[in-house]
Amino acid sequence: MTDTAIRAEGLGKQYRIGSLQTGYQTLRDVMVDSARSALRRGPRDPRSESIWALRDVSFEVQKGRVLGIIGSNGAGKSTLLKILSRVTEPTEGYAEVTGRVGSLLEVGTGFHPELTGRENISLNGAILGMRRAEIQSKFDEIVDFSEVEQFIDTPVKRYSTGMQLRLAFAVAAHLEPEILLVDEVLAVGDAAFQRKCLGKMDAVAQEGRTILFVSHNMSAVGRLTHETIVVEGGRIVMRAPTPEAIDYYLTTGMEQIGERLWSGDDDHGLSGFEPIALRVIDLNGQVVSQVSTVESFDIEFEYELTDSITGLRVGIYLSTSKGERLLTSFDTDDLEIFTRHENRPAGQYVSRCRIPANLLNEGRFMLGVNASSFGVRSYFTDEFALSFAADGTGAPGSQWQESRRGPLRPALEWEILEGVK
Amino acid sequence: MTVEVIPVQKHIIKPSRGWRDLGLGELWDYRELVYFLIWRDVKVRYKQTLFGAGWAILKPFLGMVVFSIIFGRLAGLPTDGIPGPVFYFAGLLPWILFQDGVSKSSMSLVAGRSLLTKVYFPRLAMPLASVSAGLVDFGLSFIVLLGLMLFYSTPLGSQWWTSPLFVAWGLLASFGVGLWLSALNVLYRDVSYITPFLLQAWFFATPVVYSATMIPEGPWQLLYSLNPMAGVVQGFRWAMLGVGEAPGLLSAVSFGMTILILISGIIFFRRMERSFADVI
Repeated sequence: MTDTAIRAEGLGKQYRIGSLQTGYQTLRDVMVDSARSALRRGPRDPRSESIWALRDVSFEVQKGRVLGIIGSNGAGKSTLLKILSRVTEPTEGYAEVTGRVGSLLEVGTGFHPELTGRENISLNGAILGMRRAEIQSKFDEIVDFSEVEQFIDTPVKRYSTGMQLRLAFAVAAHLEPEILLVDEVLAVGDAAFQRKCLGKMDAVAQEGRTILFVSHNMSAVGRLTHETIVVEGGRIVMRAPTPEAIDYYLTTGMEQIGERLWSGDDDHGLSGFEPIALRVIDLNGQVVSQVSTVESFDIEFEYELTDSITGLRVGIYLSTSKGERLLTSFDTDDLEIFTRHENRPAGQYVSRCRIPANLLNEGRFMLGVNASSFGVRSYFTDEFALSFAADGTGAPGSQWQESRRGPLRPALEWEILEGVK
Repeated sequence: MTVEVIPVQKHIIKPSRGWRDLGLGELWDYRELVYFLIWRDVKVRYKQTLFGAGWAILKPFLGMVVFSIIFGRLAGLPTDGIPGPVFYFAGLLPWILFQDGVSKSSMSLVAGRSLLTKVYFPRLAMPLASVSAGLVDFGLSFIVLLGLMLFYSTPLGSQWWTSPLFVAWGLLASFGVGLWLSALNVLYRDVSYITPFLLQAWFFATPVVYSATMIPEGPWQLLYSLNPMAGVVQGFRWAMLGVGEAPGLLSAVSFGMTILILISGIIFFRRMERSFADVI
């Protein structure tokens, strides 16, 4: 089988919980721990202190295929890519990777702020595995793609986040590995840039290279891939044509109960903003997984700013279970509120909004969150953070036993005029 | 369009068990990355400083001035019959190469954690690049040494051509210690606090501000020569200035110790390497 690019058999990765929580130990911790375990009778059970981030993962990817990988945060997607790119070793199992592997993991990795754009292109290229000659021959193309030509001899620390992103993606996009691992590169950046990235990846896929594409952006997964695996709890729960996999993931795959909690050790890339919880709350103040469409309900997003942020807007995305966006709304949409909260000092916050009664149709909906400073940077995005059901009992028009099409079922003001000529 | 024939690479990914090979072959495959990392370290070393690369010269120069006053004038330690400034400067060059190499490489993995957790490359490249980047500083201050020797009309030792050997030896020592400390630093951040003290003590165990001829004969000398840097500094001074004893049995002990630290460092580093990305 020479045309298999990736073959994984029973891959598993175990993490010690202790090392996950504290990040690292000091010598004193080790001494205290070993003293403690010496006093305790019997050997410690190592399994009680560890979790499997990935377990029994087996799959094959043929050369030239583009495979999507989806799953909620912490499902093990990134761990899988880290194993395949050899950043970390599996605890068990086996994988065979044929061809040069390139990673597009979190744009900007390996940039040095003190170096100029020109210097960083060379450095980043080398880090991503390009040969010097290769970097030189593609230099102009990279600069061109990045659109930062006039600043190419300026230290990168003077770049805006957007410029850094464009430059970093430009380098990575010109890598020519046989296998490309892409992890959530589209989480940041403005819409125009995201479109450009998607276009480039499309082109890469057309060239017949193997791509593993991890993303929360369902429309991107849908556009780039034909086949997708769904990862939950460290296991592959489904491998299917992409639309089927997305549908599964968005509906049955997510069984959150009206509340989504983020733990502190999730890596969100950009610091300063820490999401804590997202909740759906009914009129009685209860966290619910199902709302009534004829009653209003609240959406509450709790978060912490570790630094003060100017021009921050925190908002929600409401989408159908198929991933079609219904609305986007931010807490500072109102000009008066925006001026009052233009600068948000560090601290813990809740942004709450009310979804009016008689707006949604019955069905399942996806709730996403976004925190950003417009045109500056995006701090946090999770397009599909939690799902909830809407029950349409008593909705306008329910005297007819039929299901109404369309995601909305607002109570519109109707008038019937009689005797009009 | 030219068609490039790229040999198909095949990687087997599986948990490694026990001891691994030294991984030097793979390091060679990634030599371009090592080159770029060195280049980066050199480039950023003196960014946004007033004196820039002048610090490469100022650091040993200021040290020399202080030592000349304290150890030369006040304490009156002998300097093997050559002018104090030249004596101190010639000792400081290999010492600073070692000291900077150790302190920079011990921090290299932790400083590069964003890379380490995202991209694969032989991890040995990081401390290696940190140590090697010190050579540029060394080269600059070496010119100053020649100038000082000219100024004090100190004759160049007839065996000056052996000096690169001692520089290389100093690098090996620095790399060896750097490997131990950088790998330990991933696990225990205490290392970053211990390293300055370690280097300070090491400085006094090395004949920089005094002559190794002051060490009494017998077992003390053997103990003293267990310090790799004793051999390096002594040898470098002997090569450049022709003073002190020519490298002999004690230097061989010193060199043996260097190799021991280096090999054990690589083995330890390789052993720890597999968990770097998980615990850093």
